[in-house]
Amino acid sequence: MAELEVSGITFAYEETPVLSDVSLKLHEHELVSILGASGCGKTTLFHVIAGLHKPQQGKVVLNGRDITGCPGQISYMMQKDLLLPYRTIEDNVILPLLLKGEKKKEAREKASLYFEEFGLEGTQRKYPRQLSGGMRQRAALLRTYMFSREVALLDEPFSALDTLTKSEMHRWYLDVMDKIHMSTLFITHDIDEAILLSDRICLLTGKPGRVTEEIVIKEPRPRKREFNLTEEFLEYKRRILERL
Amino acid sequence: MKRKLRNITSRLLPVTAVLLLLAIWQTACAAGLISGFLLPSPLEVAMAFVKDFPLLMDNAKVTLLEAFIGLAVGVLVGFVTAVLMDCFDWLYRAVYPLIVLTQTVPTVAIAPLLVLWFGYEMLPKVILIVIVTFFPITVSLLDGFRASDQDTVSLLRSMGASKSQIFRYVKFPGALGAFFASLRISVSYAVVGAVISEWLGGFNGLGVYMTRVKKAFSFDKMFAVIFLISAISLFLMWAVNVLQRISMPWEEENR
Repeated sequence: MAELEVSGITFAYEETPVLSDVSLKLHEHELVSILGASGCGKTTLFHVIAGLHKPQQGKVVLNGRDITGCPGQISYMMQKDLLLPYRTIEDNVILPLLLKGEKKKEAREKASLYFEEFGLEGTQRKYPRQLSGGMRQRAALLRTYMFSREVALLDEPFSALDTLTKSEMHRWYLDVMDKIHMSTLFITHDIDEAILLSDRICLLTGKPGRVTEEIVIKEPRPRKREFNLTEEFLEYKRRILERL
Repeated sequence: MKRKLRNITSRLLPVTAVLLLLAIWQTACAAGLISGFLLPSPLEVAMAFVKDFPLLMDNAKVTLLEAFIGLAVGVLVGFVTAVLMDCFDWLYRAVYPLIVLTQTVPTVAIAPLLVLWFGYEMLPKVILIVIVTFFPITVSLLDGFRASDQDTVSLLRSMGASKSQIFRYVKFPGALGAFFASLRISVSYAVVGAVISEWLGGFNGLGVYMTRVKKAFSFDKMFAVIFLISAISLFLMWAVNVLQRISMPWEEENR
């Protein structure tokens, strides 16, 4: 059971208000996108949910537990892959386990079960710089998954990739998601990506940012590759563009 | 293949330059352009080196021991200072100017004072070496710690990492490159520092040997010991390179 509830978050950097009364809910196995232009406070919202910033008002509740301002509860994957260049992929992936105090050997064993599933077989002993952007992103995602299987925050994880790699990663991600059942909050400024991946889309707009609209994508999963060429897809896109 | 060839030529180039310089020097001396008491020829220097080899080695042992102890303590002090200054900003602001000040005092000026306070044995020499070697270590480590990527630190914090874990997994490994760069400097400072401190008082060591042969006007021996000191410094710097390659394997893989 993983349910995340964010309610009434208001946050300001010194005097500048960034978020105003942001509330959203993430149910089990759901993927919810937060869509908005750059600078509307998406990343700040994630920092608050991850416990890195303490909001002036509002609460973050995970499975009925108040975790406002407590880091170390929710997996957070940032925009850059942030793999440590001096650790092998394997040792990067097990980092969250080491931080929790697990032994290196046991952590490696645990992680080794997932390398194939994440399409990373054969990369264990390599260093991040020897991998392509797409592979590094997968490794970063596996690291996120190793931290916690409950809720993950993904901050534009595919934005640095080229278009082709990106669509390949989307397919791969939907595939993996069906297997690992993680609840995900997903930041993006790419409308297509949001419609393709999400169960629901929250539009975050304005300064300070607030959730102005929630759109449910009814298309069942697993979604077909051609989904983004259908009438429904365009209809969703039209609706979002009107509101932004 | 081509790259290998280029590698060899690039290595041959400095060797040829040195050999050429030695040849010019030798010819100039042999032709009588420079009098023997002003500048001994390379051949004479080599002969002096061979003749005095056991004596040089005995003295080199003492100097090396001082340099090693001084360097080890210096690195330790430099490391601890850098870590403390990174942890506590008030300490950084209070101590940093003081540390810079220690570096503006000329070594030659403190050495006799140290001899006066601590005698002719090893202690004053080690102290002097510590003073000259810890500074580069502290400064570059501190820079390395401060340059750690803030996003990476945030990521680890989001994983619930403690301050010491962030140090262990992000700050320390991130500063390793800077550390080795400064260690290369400190190693040569250590050898030179040992020699200078021996000039100003002591019973054994290459510095003592140097003052002795200078007073005897045996400049061939003087040059022999100068070359020996350079060779020792070069060897130690090479050793640091090897150590760096072993402890930073990821740099190697990226090449």
